[in-house]
Amino acid sequence: MKNLEDLEKFINSELSSKINNSFIKHDNIYINIDHDELIDVISFLKTNKETKFRQLIEITAVDYPENENRFKMVYLLLSHEYNQRIIIDYSIKENDVISSLTSIFPAANWMEREVFDMYGLNFKNHPDLRRILTDYGFEGHPLRKDFPLTGHNEVRYSEEQKKVIYEPVKLEQNYRNFDYESPWEGTKYIKEIKKS
Amino acid sequence: MAKEKKTLNLNFGPQHPAAHGVLRLILQLDGEVVEKADPHIGLLHRGTEKLIENKTYIQAVPYFDRLDYVAPMNQEHAFALAIEKILKIEVPERAKYIRVIFCEIGRILSHILNVTTQAMDVGALTPTLWGFEEREKLMGFYERVSGSRLHANYFRAGGVHKDLPSGLDSDISEFCEKFPKIIDDLETLLTDNRIFKQRNVDIGIVSKQDALDYSFSGVMLRGSGVAWDLRKSQPYDLYDDLEFKIPVGKNGDCYDRYLCRIEEMRESVKIIKQCLKNIPKGSIKTEDGKISPPPKNELKQSMEALIHHFKLFTEGYRVEKDEIYTAVEAPKGEFGVYLISDGSSKPYKCKIRAPGFSHLQAMDYLIKGHMLADVPAVLGSMDIVFGEVDR
Repeated sequence: MKNLEDLEKFINSELSSKINNSFIKHDNIYINIDHDELIDVISFLKTNKETKFRQLIEITAVDYPENENRFKMVYLLLSHEYNQRIIIDYSIKENDVISSLTSIFPAANWMEREVFDMYGLNFKNHPDLRRILTDYGFEGHPLRKDFPLTGHNEVRYSEEQKKVIYEPVKLEQNYRNFDYESPWEGTKYIKEIKKS
Repeated sequence: MAKEKKTLNLNFGPQHPAAHGVLRLILQLDGEVVEKADPHIGLLHRGTEKLIENKTYIQAVPYFDRLDYVAPMNQEHAFALAIEKILKIEVPERAKYIRVIFCEIGRILSHILNVTTQAMDVGALTPTLWGFEEREKLMGFYERVSGSRLHANYFRAGGVHKDLPSGLDSDISEFCEKFPKIIDDLETLLTDNRIFKQRNVDIGIVSKQDALDYSFSGVMLRGSGVAWDLRKSQPYDLYDDLEFKIPVGKNGDCYDRYLCRIEEMRESVKIIKQCLKNIPKGSIKTEDGKISPPPKNELKQSMEALIHHFKLFTEGYRVEKDEIYTAVEAPKGEFGVYLISDGSSKPYKCKIRAPGFSHLQAMDYLIKGHMLADVPAVLGSMDIVFGEVDR
């Protein structure tokens, strides 16, 4: 469909039971769905004549440690025919298993491996779920918010053992994360005094 | 006596000149025919996305140079556009022109490197020597405008860091006059070269459908006959007003992709020429003191400028809560930034969509049934740079 508003209406009417909410922002459509509906929604968007979102651009996750459903999965699709982009998201718990998209888009293979590697989320029906970017034998999931920026292990060449060894990170100085955050226009209470 | 079939496992890389970086490719061979390829990536993984989450928006820009390090400014562009869209910053005309000029220079930089090293992978050394001379000039332009040849850190949300130094525009246009001749010379060496054609024609063919399914973009997609370029279809900055063509391939093999890149370089030269002709005078970054730092001489006189300077380089600017995906047509394909801001001065999440990642993923599909000697040819035509694949 040529028009974003029409497309939003169309998707909402066709998938009404599967979509929690949708809106248009920055010339993209954002839809929020239920975790179980993923495969249905994606294959509908890919194959339907009016949508034709035939290219999977990216799969990623976002970590919100304070939420009950800790992770948000995000899928970006692109339609060449109608020149539109759609962003699909849903929330899941840490131990939930996600349906793999590899049967619909072969490109999902590495993207899901990356999410598995970086966030530790599990996929079902994935043909080859291995770590992809981190080192062989790596432990932990780097993009989780509770993973330290410095990591846990460091690597060096040991002259005694004549090989490369792993050991816990030793910092000469503690990692310092300065908090510079303060408002530009004075603190809140000053604003409130000014108002009254 | 029946012959026993034996497959051979071969480790291609992690240190191999034709791997264009640190790629470990585990090949399963039957004689010389590749049966399966399993790329192991991540040997250059530096945790860019994690680092960006811990830096302010200004401090995050240099990380983008280090992704695809042969066309650094194209990446910065995607990040700058994302912030500009969220904060609704108006970019001055002159800044848009400068950005387009340097994005196209980046495209030429990347394509020269790719075309010539691909030629080297299949046995021709001269194109590399000729091409790198031109790259050297282009990196000279990068240096004059940003201070460094590769890691420019030049684009900012709201414009660019500094104005063009005097004389640079005439030097670039002089380059534009001479460069098409160099492309012709490169073509005389390669386009009709028997060996080059034997090594590239009908190698690594990608069908239209597969190019879409494997999330290909850029030349990998256009080489297979899909007319899709973000500069045309979702224009950003100036590309709407510029006149240029998008070369599209027919067969989707390595040779078509080579031809596309050659033509794209010619188009880039045209774009740069148009920009240099029409570039207006004026400011090069947004006047908003809360986003772009004040001029140096104002620091000595204006209290406000001093405060802005201090705040920008300690806290940085804040970006309101939002979620956005912006993409640019980088030389290698669609380079995108998926940014989640939470109202603080650091991104909450910054996912980088690198084109090379999806291209390399298709290695197994592309190389299956080809000979071992075709591996470097296919790898070369995919235009892989490990900075962006591994992030």
